[in-house]
Amino acid sequence: MAAEGQQHPLKIYYIMWGALFILSGFSYATDFMDHGALRTFLILLFMFLKAGGIVFIFMHMGWERKALKVAILGPPVAILVLIWLMSYEGFYVEDKRIEVYGESTFVPVSPHHEAESTEH
Amino acid sequence: MSEAVAENVAESGSGFVEDWSRDKQVFGVPWGKAMMWIFLLSDTFIFSCFLVGYMSVRIATTDPWPNPSEVFALSFGGDPIPLILIAIMTFILITSSGTMALAVNMGYRKNRKATFWLMVATAALGASFVGMQAFEWTKLIMDEGVRPWGNPMGAAQFGSSFFMITGFHGMHVSAGVIYLLVIANRVRNGFYERRGGNYEIVEIAGLYWHFVDLVWVFIFALFYLW
Repeated sequence: MAAEGQQHPLKIYYIMWGALFILSGFSYATDFMDHGALRTFLILLFMFLKAGGIVFIFMHMGWERKALKVAILGPPVAILVLIWLMSYEGFYVEDKRIEVYGESTFVPVSPHHEAESTEH
Repeated sequence: MSEAVAENVAESGSGFVEDWSRDKQVFGVPWGKAMMWIFLLSDTFIFSCFLVGYMSVRIATTDPWPNPSEVFALSFGGDPIPLILIAIMTFILITSSGTMALAVNMGYRKNRKATFWLMVATAALGASFVGMQAFEWTKLIMDEGVRPWGNPMGAAQFGSSFFMITGFHGMHVSAGVIYLLVIANRVRNGFYERRGGNYEIVEIAGLYWHFVDLVWVFIFALFYLW
């Protein structure tokens, strides 16, 4: 009965668990791809698939009433506006910095992992 | 009492309008669960602010952004493997999410022993996650010279974003480990048995733990992979 709480067959959790492992493997694999639109798309795709699985299956949101779904999942949509505003501002600040201070003269140093090995 | 309310609500189907207009508990869940969801919603906004702030400074800086793939590479004697420690941490957190989901299920089956041990396993995995994070921070600070105000590999904002975001997440994991151990101990010593054998609290603790895993999914994708 619904009033008894979220009681579901174990099989659902095992499938979700496995899916999370596979999707995380895919996520890690994107790190070996070249930077570009495809890589960005895959990073976001796997991220949202994992997030959806956790929220809807593990956190049982898929079985909750619509009133709770809307109350909890609705407000975060406002974050999209913040993302839009802050990226717009970010690009503006970058342009102004280049205009006023010129291009960066920073000379990056590669991370040194020799410290980990024994021959050093 | 709460069961009666939940049943009452359940009779009306899943109608959104009916739930809000019936002059009764709207969500049809125990109050503790509704409160945990609302807390998690507020936490969502906090982490979103951190991640959007990180996006903003990463866009605005003119200095090159350090390549996380190289910065977080780890060598086990041979060539450095990119992001390997972060990948291991990710898998540990997913494993702990699975054990937590099983603990919730066992709780509703009133299998106290299994619930207790699964929660302890979850807490142990969480603790090992924090341990690896401490190792990661130490390596970054001592070997790579990353500081909140600058680093030799690129934009200064890398360090401040990194310490702020992963630090706040690590704090959530640490708090979650303590929370889980407290609840697990009460499951073990029969605290909930004496209160009518209601194990909803395990699901509420589980919600928090899954949320910590959820946040890591976003941090992993947006900070480490992007």
